[in-house]
Amino acid sequence: MKIRAQIGMVLNLDKCIGCHTCSVTCKNVWTSREGMEYAWFNNVETKPGVGFPKEWENQKKWNGGWHRGKNGKIHPKQGGRWRILAKIFGNPDMPEIDDYYEPFTFDYDHLQNAKESKAQPTARPRSLVSGKRMEKIEWGPNWEEILGTEFEHRRKDYNFKGMEEEMYGEFENTFMMYLPRLCEHCLNPTCVASCPSGSIYKREEDGVVLVDQDKCRGWRMCVSGCPYKKIYYNWKSGKAEKCTLCYPRLENGEPTVCSETCVGRIRYLGVMLYDADRIEEAASVENEEDLYEAQCDIFMDPHDPEVIGQARKDGIPENWITGAQDSPIYKMAMEWKVALPLHPEYRTLPMVWYIPPLSPVQSAMESGKLPLTDNGIMPDLDKMRIPVKYLANLLTAGKEEPVELALKRMMAMRQYMRGVLIEGDPNLNILKDVGLTEELVKDMYKILALANYEDRYVIPTGHREETLDAYGESGSCGFSFGNGCSSHSNSDLEMFENPKSWRGRSASGKDNRVNTLFTQGKTSTSGGCGSGGCGCK
Amino acid sequence: MSYFIDRISYFAQNREKFSDGHGVTTEENRAWEEAYRGRWAHDKIVRSTHGVNCTGSCSWKIYVKNGLITWETQQTDYPRTRPDLPNHEPRGCARGASYSWYIYSANRLKYPLIRKRLLKMWRAMKEQHSDPVDTWKAIQADPVLRAEYQIVRGKGGFVRADWEEANEIIAASNIHTIKEHGPDRIFGFSPIPAMSMVSYAAGSRYLSLLGGVCMSFYDWYCDLPPASPQTWGEQTDVPESADWYNSGFIIMWGSNVPQTRTPDAHFMTEARYKGTQVVTITPDYSEASKFGDIWLNPKQGTDAAVGMAMGHVILKEFHLENTSAYFDEYTRKYSDFPFLVKLEKRDGRYVPGRMVRASDFDKNLGHDNNPEWKTICLDEKTGDVVVPTGSIGFRWGEDGEWNILPTDSKTKKEFLPQKTLLGSEDDILDVGFPYFAGAEHEHGYFEANDQGGDILDRKLPVKYLEIDGEKVPVVTVFDLTCANYGIAREGLGGDNVASSYDENVPYTPKWQESITGVAADKITQVAREFARNAHETKGKSMIIIGAAMNHWYHMDMNYRACINMLVFCGCIGQSGGGWSHYVGQEKLRPQTGWLPLAFGLDWTRPPRQMNSTSAFYAHTDQWRYETLGVTEILCPTADKEKWKGSLIDCNIRAERMGWLPSAPQLQENPIELVKKAGKKDPVEYVTERLSSGDLRMSCEDPDSPDNWPRNLFVWRSNLLGSSGKGHEYFLKHFLGTQHGVQGKDLGEEGRTGSEEVVWHDEAPEGKLDLVVTLDFRMSTTCMYSDIVLPTASWYEKNDLNTSDMHPFIHPLSKAIDPVWQSRSDWEIYKGFAKKVSELSPGHLGVEKEIVLTPIQHDTPGELAQPDVKEWRKGECDLIPGVTAPSMKVVERDYPATYERFTSLGPLLEKLGNGGKGIGWNTDHEVEFLKALNGENKEGRANIVTDIDACETVMMLAPETNGEVAVKAWEALGKITGRDHTHLAKPKEDEKIRFRDIQAQPRKIISSPTWSGIESEEVCYNAGYTNVHEYIPWRTLTGRQQLYQDHPWMLDFGEGLVSYKPPINTATVQSMIEKHGDDDRPHITLNFITPHQKWGIHSTYSDNLHMLTLSRGGPIVWMSEPDAKKTGIKDNDWVEVFNTNGAITARAVVSQRVNDGMLMMYHAQEKIVNTPGSKITGARGGIHNSVTRTTVKPTHMIGAYAQQSYGFNYYGTVGSNRDEFVVVRKIEDQDIDWMEGPLEGQTDMEAAE
Repeated sequence: MKIRAQIGMVLNLDKCIGCHTCSVTCKNVWTSREGMEYAWFNNVETKPGVGFPKEWENQKKWNGGWHRGKNGKIHPKQGGRWRILAKIFGNPDMPEIDDYYEPFTFDYDHLQNAKESKAQPTARPRSLVSGKRMEKIEWGPNWEEILGTEFEHRRKDYNFKGMEEEMYGEFENTFMMYLPRLCEHCLNPTCVASCPSGSIYKREEDGVVLVDQDKCRGWRMCVSGCPYKKIYYNWKSGKAEKCTLCYPRLENGEPTVCSETCVGRIRYLGVMLYDADRIEEAASVENEEDLYEAQCDIFMDPHDPEVIGQARKDGIPENWITGAQDSPIYKMAMEWKVALPLHPEYRTLPMVWYIPPLSPVQSAMESGKLPLTDNGIMPDLDKMRIPVKYLANLLTAGKEEPVELALKRMMAMRQYMRGVLIEGDPNLNILKDVGLTEELVKDMYKILALANYEDRYVIPTGHREETLDAYGESGSCGFSFGNGCSSHSNSDLEMFENPKSWRGRSASGKDNRVNTLFTQGKTSTSGGCGSGGCGCK
Repeated sequence: MSYFIDRISYFAQNREKFSDGHGVTTEENRAWEEAYRGRWAHDKIVRSTHGVNCTGSCSWKIYVKNGLITWETQQTDYPRTRPDLPNHEPRGCARGASYSWYIYSANRLKYPLIRKRLLKMWRAMKEQHSDPVDTWKAIQADPVLRAEYQIVRGKGGFVRADWEEANEIIAASNIHTIKEHGPDRIFGFSPIPAMSMVSYAAGSRYLSLLGGVCMSFYDWYCDLPPASPQTWGEQTDVPESADWYNSGFIIMWGSNVPQTRTPDAHFMTEARYKGTQVVTITPDYSEASKFGDIWLNPKQGTDAAVGMAMGHVILKEFHLENTSAYFDEYTRKYSDFPFLVKLEKRDGRYVPGRMVRASDFDKNLGHDNNPEWKTICLDEKTGDVVVPTGSIGFRWGEDGEWNILPTDSKTKKEFLPQKTLLGSEDDILDVGFPYFAGAEHEHGYFEANDQGGDILDRKLPVKYLEIDGEKVPVVTVFDLTCANYGIAREGLGGDNVASSYDENVPYTPKWQESITGVAADKITQVAREFARNAHETKGKSMIIIGAAMNHWYHMDMNYRACINMLVFCGCIGQSGGGWSHYVGQEKLRPQTGWLPLAFGLDWTRPPRQMNSTSAFYAHTDQWRYETLGVTEILCPTADKEKWKGSLIDCNIRAERMGWLPSAPQLQENPIELVKKAGKKDPVEYVTERLSSGDLRMSCEDPDSPDNWPRNLFVWRSNLLGSSGKGHEYFLKHFLGTQHGVQGKDLGEEGRTGSEEVVWHDEAPEGKLDLVVTLDFRMSTTCMYSDIVLPTASWYEKNDLNTSDMHPFIHPLSKAIDPVWQSRSDWEIYKGFAKKVSELSPGHLGVEKEIVLTPIQHDTPGELAQPDVKEWRKGECDLIPGVTAPSMKVVERDYPATYERFTSLGPLLEKLGNGGKGIGWNTDHEVEFLKALNGENKEGRANIVTDIDACETVMMLAPETNGEVAVKAWEALGKITGRDHTHLAKPKEDEKIRFRDIQAQPRKIISSPTWSGIESEEVCYNAGYTNVHEYIPWRTLTGRQQLYQDHPWMLDFGEGLVSYKPPINTATVQSMIEKHGDDDRPHITLNFITPHQKWGIHSTYSDNLHMLTLSRGGPIVWMSEPDAKKTGIKDNDWVEVFNTNGAITARAVVSQRVNDGMLMMYHAQEKIVNTPGSKITGARGGIHNSVTRTTVKPTHMIGAYAQQSYGFNYYGTVGSNRDEFVVVRKIEDQDIDWMEGPLEGQTDMEAAE
């Protein structure tokens, strides 16, 4: 057993209003710059739809994620190490710009500068890639919003797998949900395993997966390796970039930008303890439908004294252990079982989970006596508009029981709380049927409904004092007079220049990278000038 | 590639393996991580918000880094709610989050811009005239010169100018206009002050000091629901969004909460977890539908039919069959249900008439004060006729009796108001009710439900009362209501009533099926659960409702059908229940503190205010194209002889009777009129000349150059790109430039139909001499303006912001100083004021003029006209303020405009302050302001800076100054005879100042300006103090007024609610005929313009982030079957047109859209990615290019209790949803971008 801690995220899709505030605030802070215009570390998709980039979920097309071989071993679907190396100059699994969209701007200055004209001036679109006039904008990062485009295109949605989707294209049977997406900061990230440069790593202390911008050589194998298509190639810098889980904020105990700005209040952040020694085992279970439970199996109970003891031994700081105990992620995923992973069949053990959405009663059922619960007009689970199968294809590799349980528990909370707060007559049988106790459901209610800031985000601060000279750093961090090691950087990207003050790094090895291999191979220790952390190459 | 080998890491060494070697931990340098930390780092965070009329009023953190604004995220530090309620953080949406894009973008306005032709002309003419005012006069005197710059409006050709020159032209134009035509020819349009009160006040204070006209907005936007003033005497008062959480049952009815109430939506999604049931009613599968337990999809525009059927179920099951004790008591106390109505004979049949009043009886039942305004009930216990306290007659002229305790005003004892006469009736009579739903609609899209006639007789129990020596049958409003809803009652019998929901009788659930398409059983079940929840929770059922329902011509019916459900179920005034209408950020919480600042009431009173709908209807000449005849909408029982004219005639009559305001006001310059009066009292002089017909009101001849508006200021607004219904008519007649109007006017069609208006065969084009717009971005309005001035953005100025949606007041504040040459609105108008002061001498000095104001709500005048009599027709004398507008002589000091603008005038000390019919002394506040803001050399408190202005508002307002709040409640208590000060006493010492709210938003203090309270026990909810403090609603009966008895209401069949189908706008057929030879397939669709996702009105719709997340330019949504019929595929270009004009856009084809409907989300401008239109030969239009506003006579009513005028409170509203359009595809290769120089000009000439 090797216990490691990770910041996980849950998004309650039942509350998601699809407003894209997360996308915009993220973009402003992280990707509003040349080379990254088309990149959305966080995007929101309307489902059913093919998504962004087009058909990202279809791994037959993109070969992302892991493949379980006949020998029971997993390896990246795009091929083993040597195949990846062989492909670095011509990768067939790479989405092209049109799979995302051609980013554009408009000739705004024409509005103020136009000479007297035939008709009112208008600002026409121009490509941000080529700088050329675009006659017509053909696609965007949210083209299908609120079910835009004909159903015959949107039915290619991978989550219709095994369903008779035809009927869901009819007006009366319309259903819709939103899917906000970001990097999953997986426990078993294919991107890390795919990088020929060894530039992608998972931080040991919080599980954040990052692309080292100094080391990245722009091979883009990570782009194909990531089944969520959440690594973007910066066409200006020639390097891959991805969601950083806002580590500069997390380190200070603050939620990610997308989380804090989530006006639907659907996002939760908290610590999960897991057994790092069982990652491969969990990711390799034979039946895809078992992957969700296999992942749950390696999450450790933070209240278990044995786990606590081992965690201490493995160097998990005390505030991270209490953080794990108070973690809303643990509650939702493990105690209440209402949060589920996104496409566990990719075998990456993703760490951004989702509570499936409730939905209105189906129209087809609506004539005659409405199939509603005794409690007024709330629909029964099997009469809801969004097919359970669809949600199961999205969240549990097709296994319907966990989705049903989650939805039933959400519904039971509604009915029970109505009894308590509105009708003054709580019905305990409702809880019994779904295996909840009053104590649990009241906690659910507090965290899902009242959802105070401090209950949504339980983020212990990082112990940076242990990895650097805290005394010196607190007085000098931020200073960079341009003549430090970074002056002989090989990078031509100034934004990634390093300050000089990285002296006195602790030898305790806390500032570690965790890399994922796909065979018992070797990994990198590349390393700069070897002066013990100055950051130069 | 030089380091290829050493960077391929497969050959490097690892340190520590885990998971059986699947992973490895290495100790490596991670210093590069500083890079992203460096991006996150920032220098400063400043609190501000977005002044954008989204109702959000969200507090934001603005990040400044290296002196630049970089991004924004929401504040999370609102004062917390109760422990059992979710908190407000983090309010703010994607639109707000994208605002920082504007600051440095290419669409940002950086310098003053002036139309090149005008500037050249100005400079040349100034050489000749030297005096700027004379220069302007010379230009205006020459029609050729005038037209030369007018005809290129909107077509580019701006040049950069400097502030000095821009201010000079503007001041000269204003002075010339005042001198030549009168100050009421200067118009200013700016909406929704609550979103940036001081910026609004900057312009309105300037205009008011000049005597200019501030134009209304809430009504023009059609966000004002006339049903609210009709029912409650209240403009709009609603629950804050946190109160949704207290509800047990929410209907989201035509309100797309997630999309348009984004920061509030969580209270709805979270309420579901406490067991609140949610019903969504929308025609399409909207974003809101996702959150419903059930989704009902009536055909758009038929919601009143759904509401009537639900009301039918509720009345039958909860009032008649199993009477809910709670509903029964509530409606007796708080509604007009027990009040008596006379039956009147019309064409041999009884119809519901006027309410019975004390004046109907011998000796007025002992009431000398306002007996014609005191309504009557019966005491159920004694059978006596009772004059209950609280009707509007008690409000004025006597103290202490204006409350709605069920008290007999004579005996002072409590009585039991009798709701029904059934069982104690003297007789049962047949009474005729109008029926409108049998009418066939032009396009057959809205289905008729024929009931064999347009008058349906139903039986009613009556009492006979002795009135004027005659036995008159009277009924209660409750009995009328039950009959109106078509419910069979035991003991009555008769036709046109249903005893089963399955009968196709108006207004059963079955009846509505054929109209709305919603299955009857769904209606029954939802209505039943709505009422059951309200019954069990004492009123915690709620309807969230919005523009979708209010933008129809017959919005009153949609709204009253819903309001009735809420009143039937005792939901109004109860936390967790009620009417949640959210359209527009109309709640300016510190209103009474702001009014003096905004309208210069500290210097002169009254200000000039105009209702925009009527003004634009008249002055953009939309009335000349009116196709709706008055008789088409008349009640079948009304006397048609009385209604022979056209809609504008009704408006003219209303203006003459003092019902609606007028601007311009009189055919002659009001300054000249005072001079002409000589020694005579100018009011008498004008009265005489008007009476004799020697002087006319401007409204009677809007096309005469004497009556044109001449100057227009637009600020904080995009009048032409967003709210301007009838866009193409604005371009043609207001501006005189290229336009897309396709229809012929009525003169050309040979049917003017008007009896009151002066008809000119040639319609004027280009009424406005000068259009000035202040904005931070190049909007459509800027494109069409003569002068464009760059304002400070919302992150570059100081201001105040409040909303209906939460109880906080919080600021806009400066994160950085205004960029480039932009200036705050306050500074810009201050600049005009300075220039006017400088240029006035020799042209204007201290001047007297005569100001007309309509008869106002919340003043004693609201009791002026119990009956309709017209002085112009000789039915009565012209008595200002009684039978006609009030008239007052006002003195202005033009050279002192700047001094007045920047200091607090003497009238506050002299007259005090107040609002909504109550007043108080303000000496203490004025003294305090002198200490706070400093004094000028005259010893007046300074209002020099925007922060001074904020402090002035907050010091004077009860909501931000506890001492004033207590004074205000005391003043109200005098009238009600009850002590209300307990609502503010605990906060008496609290004075909220500007820096306080910069530190954290503050909750406002309860004040009588509003009908809800701020407390630890309940959320803000409208009607709370009416129900819990017994303060009357400001209506005729003092109760919630479900029966409207004004003669015009009865003549248009709106005494009671019913379903009225959309009107026929007749804008399509002639276009189909004209373009029918074209072989491209076309389809006719109902045109709907809901609030969008990627902008707030037009703001943000040009923002690159929003354009990227949508589709990069204007789009229309249509259903898959409709698209298929016309060969349209997703993302095809389409042309959308009718006689009003044309739009070019791309189509979004979606299964979520219902057939027959074309949705163009509101306010996508043609400044981005819009090709030309073949039909019009101009740039494809905006959403309003295919609309034209149609006014409704019932909205013109005035001088009648709650139906009296108030600025943005009552008046005509600009509805637009009854419109139809033709849609057809444009092939990509046929797209014409219409670029290139003005016709007849070479590139060289254009560039010159």
